[in-house]
Amino acid sequence: MKNRLKVLRAERDWTQAQLADRLAVSRQTVNALETGKFDPSLPLAFKAARLFALSIEDIFQDDAQ
Amino acid sequence: MKQVDELPMRFKTVDAENGRSVKAWTIAWVVTCALAAFGTRILWDFATIPTIVGVLINLTVGFFWVLAIVKQVNAMDELQPEIFLDAAATTLGVGVVCGLSYELLEDIRLISFQPEIPHLVLLMCLTFMASRILGYRRYR
Repeated sequence: MKNRLKVLRAERDWTQAQLADRLAVSRQTVNALETGKFDPSLPLAFKAARLFALSIEDIFQDDAQ
Repeated sequence: MKQVDELPMRFKTVDAENGRSVKAWTIAWVVTCALAAFGTRILWDFATIPTIVGVLINLTVGFFWVLAIVKQVNAMDELQPEIFLDAAATTLGVGVVCGLSYELLEDIRLISFQPEIPHLVLLMCLTFMASRILGYRRYR
C-alpha cells in the first residue's frame, strides 16, 4: 500500500517523532508506514485521516490502483 | 492543533513506563529465583517452611512478571506486537527443536552430561533478544 504520510508530514514541518506522538504510535511505526514496510490498521488509518483532515483514500492508496 | 508537549499521555512515555516495570519485575524474579535456589542451601539448610516460602515468593513474583509483560504487550502500538509475535514464534520453535535435540544427545550418548533446563532457557532468552533486535532493525 502506498501512502502520502511523508509528504503530509513535511508540509506541516513535523518530525517523525511529532507525528508519532500525534498518532499515539512509536516513531518506528511512523517510519515503517512511510517507507511502505508496514500497512496500518483501519483505526490508525482513520486516526491519520482525522489528523490531516483528509479522507483515508487521500492518504493511502492501494498498490493495484 | 495541540502542541506535542500538551498531549495528555505520550505513547513513548507509557511504553517506557511499561518497559521499566518489566525490567523491575525481571530483576525481582531473578533475585527471588536465586533466593529460592541458593537460600535453601546456604541460608536455611533445607528447612521445609523457609524453602516453601521461598518458592511461593518466587512463583508470586513470577506471576506479576508475566502480568507486567502482558500489560506491556497490550499497550504496544500495532507494529510492536508484530515484532514481538515474530520473536516469540522464533523462540518457541528454537526452544522446542533445540530442546528436544539437546535431550536426545544424551539418550544417544553423544554427550556424557545431563542436559540442563537452564541451558535451554538461556538459549531461548538469547533467541528472543536477537529476534526482537532484528525485528526492530527490519522496520527501522
